[in-house]
Amino acid sequence: MFYREAGQYKTTYAADQQIFPIRQDRIGIGVILVLALLLPLVASEFMLSAIAIPFLILALATIGLNILTGYAGQLSLGTGAFMGVGAYSCYKLVTIFPEVNVIVHILLSGVFAAAAGVVFGLPSLRIKGLYLAVTTLAAQFFLEWCFIRISWLYNYNASGAIEVPGREFFGTLVTGPAAGGISRYYVVLAIVVVMTLLIKNLIRGRIGRQWMMIRDMDIAAELMGVRPLVAKLSAFAVSSYVCGVAGAMFVFFYLGAAEPAVFSITLSFQVLFMAIIGGLGSLVGSFFGAAFIWILPILMRVGLPALGVDIAAETVFQVAQMVIGALIIFFLIVEPHGLARLWAIGKEKLRVWPFPYA
Amino acid sequence: MDMLYNILIDPFVQMVDAPDFLIQVVWEGFVAGVLYALIALGFVLIYKASGVFNFAQGIMVVFAGLSLVGLHQKGVPAWLALILAIGIMAILAVCIEKFVMRPLVGQPDIILLMATIGMTYFLIGLGEVIFGGEPKQMITSELGLPTGSTAFEMGERGLVILQHIDIAAAVIALLMVGGLAVFFNRTRIGRALRAVADDHTAALSVGISLNQIWAIVWFAAGIVALATGIMWGARSDVSFALEIVALKALPVLILGGFTSIPGAIIGGLIIGIGEKVGEIYWGGLVGGGIESWLAYVIALVFLLFRPQGLFGEKIIERI
Repeated sequence: MFYREAGQYKTTYAADQQIFPIRQDRIGIGVILVLALLLPLVASEFMLSAIAIPFLILALATIGLNILTGYAGQLSLGTGAFMGVGAYSCYKLVTIFPEVNVIVHILLSGVFAAAAGVVFGLPSLRIKGLYLAVTTLAAQFFLEWCFIRISWLYNYNASGAIEVPGREFFGTLVTGPAAGGISRYYVVLAIVVVMTLLIKNLIRGRIGRQWMMIRDMDIAAELMGVRPLVAKLSAFAVSSYVCGVAGAMFVFFYLGAAEPAVFSITLSFQVLFMAIIGGLGSLVGSFFGAAFIWILPILMRVGLPALGVDIAAETVFQVAQMVIGALIIFFLIVEPHGLARLWAIGKEKLRVWPFPYA
Repeated sequence: MDMLYNILIDPFVQMVDAPDFLIQVVWEGFVAGVLYALIALGFVLIYKASGVFNFAQGIMVVFAGLSLVGLHQKGVPAWLALILAIGIMAILAVCIEKFVMRPLVGQPDIILLMATIGMTYFLIGLGEVIFGGEPKQMITSELGLPTGSTAFEMGERGLVILQHIDIAAAVIALLMVGGLAVFFNRTRIGRALRAVADDHTAALSVGISLNQIWAIVWFAAGIVALATGIMWGARSDVSFALEIVALKALPVLILGGFTSIPGAIIGGLIIGIGEKVGEIYWGGLVGGGIESWLAYVIALVFLLFRPQGLFGEKIIERI
């Protein structure tokens, strides 16, 4: 009743091709954006730093993986390593060129991750499926080894970790240990929103359609004029770029300092789970999945004692892991398209409400 | 020039200079390879019968080892703990078949792979909740496994030390492969398993119960996992770190072919020996620690030339 496109006539091609063709969607997105902007007014420093910022960054990483796995159909288990490439190159850039704005560095660091992604994506031209998963595992372990052994990457620190220096953005400290949650939150929000918008357009356009054609049937796609080489490698490049930016942000705006273990295969799996639970091949699903997997353990840690269940912090983590594992299987069985599909079903119901069928 | 010398000549000079050390290194690699091969064997069993790439084999190894040690710590005698651990693997197999495999029949490979990754997470959480996260000592001597070591003198050239448990591991692996070969080729169930591996639909139409077969295959993989867990646990501790090591079975499988049991064994040995020798003689040139990725890179290079593996049955779909 409220969510219905009836009466919204499109009179130009431009109007027909806009990102959100339904007025209610535009209003909804506007409301969400305004709420996101107003969040620091009500949220505590903990909520911003420990929930909102990592959620947004991990959602961006999930989008990156979704480009590769969800849209182009190439399974990757090396997301964590590509995020690491972004983080380490950003660190190097910031220390070599301290006078350049840190945001520029963060966006540039994705380029290095993209290069790494293309190199390790090369085998995808000959193999696919499980075999490709193994080559991405090679990327994961090899790059992780590089982060540990090549001490040039962390400026010969004794600790072997990268520590983020304080950097300003228009006079406000946005990185480093002294930066406040609010300023970091706004920078992260801006980058994530802009990148999501860009990716949305990329996916709607020629390149994104090529990715989906390759995913659905590579031979048919090739016969229809899609070059697999270009399509696959561009998917690897864009995906790794996004993951690299997310990785740089993960260290610069959330962790503050990072050792190689941060970018281990655990992170790769975590992001993969976010993509699966959220829904492969869906941008809004990436946000759902990231919210679900990041916030569920926190909610359990805070919520269970409040309910009177006495449980150790360690056990909460383990139980959360069990729940997530079980949910992965549940989703794959019951709803392979993830939370995004539930969202779509919900919208469909709203459209015909109050009638059960249209 | 120096660099070339270090890469191409120096390692071999070292090998000839100290053959006892070389033999020791190869033996260490051989034993590691046997363990990789055992894990890969579990993968192959399931892949052959159901086409599922079982990512959870590594955690099954940990889980089997943990239940054995955990039960013993609770005061159960070793032999009973072993039987109970086998029982636990059987229950696990039935549960996996009933709650994971059956509802997902006919889904694409990738979906099944991701389901087994989910299973891995579930089992890690479950194992930590039940047994705790800290590493545990394997009950080697209680199970009647040898613990000593023998030193072989090589004339003037020094000596090579062999751990008895490693020899036992190799023998048990050999027996297991022999047993599986007999099981596959000589028994009624084994024939049914091969029929299912060949063609699900044809097997169904001659009256073979797919569900039952899958439960049996997962159980067999569970037994292999238990043996692996005991052997590996005897060399180091039983801990969840094993789960990452178990991923090495993937390059092993690429080398050996996904459907071949001899392939799993030989692939495991090549990877095991290759990475030990590579680490000792070439690893120092790049700062050491190359063991963690060398196996994957070997597999990557292999993929470019022979994608079906050494003994694989069919050529995988090329693009």
